[in-house]
Amino acid sequence: MRLRLRFAKVGKVRFTSHRDVARIVERTLRRADLPVAFTEGFSPRPKLHFGLALPTAYESLGEFIEVDLRPDDAADVDLDTLPARLSDLLPPGMVVTDAGAVDRSGPSLQQAVVACSWWVAVVGQDEAALVASLDDLLARPEVMVTRERKGKQVTDDIRPSIERVAVVPGAPAWPLPAVVAADLGEDAVVPPAGAVVVEMVLAAQPRAVRPAEVLAVVDPALEERRVVRQSQWMVLDGARHELGSAAATRAVLAEVRAS
Amino acid sequence: MPVVMESIWPQLEHLLAKVTKPARYIGLEDGVTDLDHDPRRVAWLLLYPDTYEIGLPNQGLQILREILNERPDAVAERAYTPWTDLAALLRAEGLPLFSVETHRPARAFDVLAFNLSAELVYTNVLECLDLGGIPLRSADRGPDDPYICAGGHCTYNPEPIADFLDFVVLGDGEEVVGEITEVLAEAKADRSTAPDARQGVLRRLAQITGVYVPSLYEAVYEGEALVAVRPLVPEAPALVEKRTLADLADWPYPKRQLVPLTEVVHDRLNVEVFRGCTRGCRFCQAGMITRPVRERPAEQVRTMVAEGLRRTGYDEVALTSLSTADYSGIADVVDGIVTGTDAGDLVSVSLPSLRVDAFTVDIAAKIQRARRTGLTFAPEAGTWRMRQVINKLISEQDLYSAVDSAYSQGWRRMKLYFLTGLPTETDEDTLGIAELARNVVEIGRRHHRSASITVSVGGYVPKPFTPFQWFGQNTPDELRRKIGLLRDELRRDRGVQLKWHDPRATFVEGLMSRGDRRLAPVVEQVWRRGGVFQEWSEHFAEQLWVEALADHGLSPDWYVHRHRTEDEVLPWDHLSAGLHKDFLWQDWLDALAEHGLPDCRWTPCYDCGACTGYGIEHVVASAVAPAGGSQGTGQDLGRGGEVPVSLIPKALSATGAGQA
Repeated sequence: MRLRLRFAKVGKVRFTSHRDVARIVERTLRRADLPVAFTEGFSPRPKLHFGLALPTAYESLGEFIEVDLRPDDAADVDLDTLPARLSDLLPPGMVVTDAGAVDRSGPSLQQAVVACSWWVAVVGQDEAALVASLDDLLARPEVMVTRERKGKQVTDDIRPSIERVAVVPGAPAWPLPAVVAADLGEDAVVPPAGAVVVEMVLAAQPRAVRPAEVLAVVDPALEERRVVRQSQWMVLDGARHELGSAAATRAVLAEVRAS
Repeated sequence: MPVVMESIWPQLEHLLAKVTKPARYIGLEDGVTDLDHDPRRVAWLLLYPDTYEIGLPNQGLQILREILNERPDAVAERAYTPWTDLAALLRAEGLPLFSVETHRPARAFDVLAFNLSAELVYTNVLECLDLGGIPLRSADRGPDDPYICAGGHCTYNPEPIADFLDFVVLGDGEEVVGEITEVLAEAKADRSTAPDARQGVLRRLAQITGVYVPSLYEAVYEGEALVAVRPLVPEAPALVEKRTLADLADWPYPKRQLVPLTEVVHDRLNVEVFRGCTRGCRFCQAGMITRPVRERPAEQVRTMVAEGLRRTGYDEVALTSLSTADYSGIADVVDGIVTGTDAGDLVSVSLPSLRVDAFTVDIAAKIQRARRTGLTFAPEAGTWRMRQVINKLISEQDLYSAVDSAYSQGWRRMKLYFLTGLPTETDEDTLGIAELARNVVEIGRRHHRSASITVSVGGYVPKPFTPFQWFGQNTPDELRRKIGLLRDELRRDRGVQLKWHDPRATFVEGLMSRGDRRLAPVVEQVWRRGGVFQEWSEHFAEQLWVEALADHGLSPDWYVHRHRTEDEVLPWDHLSAGLHKDFLWQDWLDALAEHGLPDCRWTPCYDCGACTGYGIEHVVASAVAPAGGSQGTGQDLGRGGEVPVSLIPKALSATGAGQA
């Protein structure tokens, strides 16, 4: 059985890297004594599948990891209590918000995701100025950015990848599910004072465009102070669905159990 | 200066998005329990003067952290040296050095305790003090400043940095940190602001066995020569003795080893199986200053392994000591792990400091089930003559059977450690390293067509409290010449990869290792001119050290390359590691006579002083010496220097006829 876990990564722990998260999850699964399947061979490794990497220092309410369980023992795992069990063993700020079984024949996490939605706390321009700047950006036919990739300068047009970028007016409350806020305690996330909140939806294919790239082409003086990935999106039967939504995973689970 | 006690996290947070590896500054390790910063408690900041990745695994710091936090009168946090990018940002923003647990400023602590494991980190101590907003010199600190102290192996000669330290601890820290806490707690309750209050506290600290207060002693010179370091006050003992725990079984620490969120060196569970070593390798300071041997009971080791793995989720455990195959309870511990009762499947065990023999490899094979990557052996010298001089009494046969056994049991990568620049070393000894390396590759090729080894050569640095403390260290030029000899010799051997330690760094280590108080301004000048992280090759700046010595009229030759005489006063003569100076001198003469000395655990006592002086004895987990090895186990020590018969006619086919 393949288990898909949705988790949040917020607060101080956001400064760990994608590789750090992999190590943390591996140790946590051993401590939870889950019947994780291992690769064969001289150096057996647990069968884990990671999603789209989250840049270090970015936060997220929608991270995913898939874990293959040994078929004979998978039925013993209680998926209802699993999120709380794992969250207890994870560092503060890493909270499993959902666990469910998925179809192993489906696309991998990295292939499935077509776009991510973000909230970005920005300093450097006031709200009115930023609204105007973002309108200008969306009016451009193309937005060329140059970045370094494997030691070479690569230029591409990210305009098609910018699906949505807009100021969230007023000073909105920073969105944090109660279970995540409770895990953080005193360190619960608040948007920095004076920051303007911008919502973005950026394509993850052919490559995942980062909020920082968008801000840089708007105005180099803009500085992102807090960035939260809200959701990752996939396409099912021509419609967009939020990855790992509880309803979807439970439906698949029922199917697996019935078979 | 008013001390801000609160966390600086709100100001620090946005800076961390701009630095490399920010996870090293966030804390959150599993194993940290709630910290009670009640103002009546003595607040310790335990510092490792290197990066988090290097410092976090340090077991000494972790042991003391737990012991202090278990006390009702203390609270302890940790800090590491911020990398240069964060240090620059902290200075630009006017932010101080901070603890990683609660991000409190360094000045919010009552005492800062540095772990000194290597000489090249000395300038980082100054970097930490400066970032903490603390006066560098002990003499300039006032009633509001924290006390600055140090422990660890380098403190057996703390003289080059004595001016920066308020006090120094020699030996095992488990008991003495409690005694220090009591003195500081009393002073804290007094709240005395009298100008001499700090001096009074230092005098009380000086009366604790194992505590050395440099400012209560004066160094007396005649010309270049040091003639005495003598106490200035009655509270300061003429000879400061180290502290030694009688029984490791009373101290099963760390009980909650910290599990970091980011990658560190030695990222695994570590269980210390014994302290001390009686092999008597003459170049090895750790082996000399940590005597006598104190083994942890096998049952306790098994419990610590099983519980530690369960709690941390690690899949690797290291059984640590100076020579783990010498642990007399090794069979019990290995059985417990191999039968799966103490650890799950897929847990691998590593034995750092492998002894060089086939028996050891068999143990390693039994327990290293997952991931068999590489094995490291340390023959230390290339010829049997040289190994007798340094008392590393392993024969060539020991090495060859170890290597043969390792290749036949699935290892493919082998690393051999050697020292060069040893006393009496000739070019023949140096070239013996190449000879050994070639023979090892030859053996490997019987098992794998592409067998290769790495030979790692370090320049020898004479250390205090060893028989070689009188030896004049080789110059960087001489070390470079010897490494050149080896490079030329091994140029055509594709199976041997040669690596070496920078001889210029070896020179600076030598300078600090046996230096005296006149070096303090040198350390300070190097730091002021940007010489931090000197143990990192990308930051090491030889020129800064050479200039600083010249600016202060000090001679590198006199400090580093000169042989000392028997009657010379050494800068650490007022400190004691328990070893009699005449024992060390006799051992030095034995070395020059190429005379080896077997392990004293299994042979009659040589009266080095370590046991008798402290009224304790070697504590062993089993009364029977472990099998294997030619040293100290009754085997023929006269044997050695011979090449296995099978190697003499070099008629081995490339496909490896001798495949086991």
